[in-house]
Amino acid sequence: MDFFNESHVRAAKELLYKMADDQLIIGHRNSEWTGLGPILEEDIAFSSMAQDKIGQSEHLYALLHELGESDPDTVAFTRNAHQFHCCQLVEYPIGEYDFSLMRHFFFDMAELIRFDMLRNSSYEGLANIAKKYKGEIKYHSMHANTWVQQLGKGNEESNGRLQLQLDTYWNHALGIFEPGPHENILIDAGIFEGEAALQKNWLEAVIPLLEKADLQVPDTSKWSPVYGGRTGIHTAYLQPLLDEMTEVYSIDPSADW
Amino acid sequence: MQTKLSPQHIREILKEVKDPEIPTISIVDLGIVSDIRVEDDTVFVELTPTFAGCPALKIMENLVKFRLLEEGIEHYEVRTSFDKQWNSDMISEEGLLALKKHGLAPPVRHCGNLDLTVLEHTPCPYCGSENTELRNPFGPTLCRSIHYCNNCKQAFEGFKPVD
Repeated sequence: MDFFNESHVRAAKELLYKMADDQLIIGHRNSEWTGLGPILEEDIAFSSMAQDKIGQSEHLYALLHELGESDPDTVAFTRNAHQFHCCQLVEYPIGEYDFSLMRHFFFDMAELIRFDMLRNSSYEGLANIAKKYKGEIKYHSMHANTWVQQLGKGNEESNGRLQLQLDTYWNHALGIFEPGPHENILIDAGIFEGEAALQKNWLEAVIPLLEKADLQVPDTSKWSPVYGGRTGIHTAYLQPLLDEMTEVYSIDPSADW
Repeated sequence: MQTKLSPQHIREILKEVKDPEIPTISIVDLGIVSDIRVEDDTVFVELTPTFAGCPALKIMENLVKFRLLEEGIEHYEVRTSFDKQWNSDMISEEGLLALKKHGLAPPVRHCGNLDLTVLEHTPCPYCGSENTELRNPFGPTLCRSIHYCNNCKQAFEGFKPVD
């Protein structure tokens, strides 16, 4: 990475960590629908998306490894909750399908836009991955939007359930865009246009879709983003997830798989 | 005359390596062999994944290594890279037929601008009808979707178009 000076490397690492951790944790949560989906198709969909997300996180951890961090398995399986940089939205338990669907919509619309923006990154390794992932994530966001539209316009109960989840987790969704300490460096170096630009693009994309689904976005006076995840402040739900995810690995971390 | 270690020859050899999940298609026709180079007596093969989470990636790397060894090529380096990104337009014409032979609807050509609504009327690989429905954009493997044909009244799988 010749074109990076040290501050660029620090900024790129911070960006990669939060993206990879988001994908690993949402991937694990998606996998919890395996065998439990409300219909077989949804069981398959969430399981497939879990596989995509965890695979995507691995290649982002591999980029971190190129920048001097430990290898992907070590990074994924040996950190405690306070060392993770995922947003809090992704760590909540799957709850009922209405919550998982709303979270899936919020998160995957943000991912679609983030990777679309990163296709033009000056960091070539990341731009290459972004070009690759965008085609995959397109399927995820299509899946989320299809169900939000169907259930939003379904009946009073389905609309009411989605509206309740939207109201309850809107501020957590805004927490995806928690600014990092190196935003200006990322922007100036052309690595990433920054979280504020991402949030703006996300709002422009999701608000019309939610309105089309007969769902109301909370009044801006009630917007209060839930930050903390990017700096290691997490809900009580993350550590038990990590304990479960690393249970087999922890039995013998030196095992060759 | 081709030497044994020419990239063209290596490409021919790799045409015998099949996708472990779709045994009718070779990895060359699938479009995932993104680079073949020969330097001195070492063969470099680069693969590019169809899907980032594809569990067959490592298996395919190993299949390539075995095939090279079978040909007596002992100096090789096989790696997976995102430097060139796979998309479904990289599947050869022969590859599209191979998918169909496996009972999978081939992905439509998208020329870099894929509108996923095309999935709603994917032609049935059995009867060719476009009177079909998308049942699920996700299927038994990451690269497949599930459809239903209203004409021949049966479910079928498609290989997903990806841009």
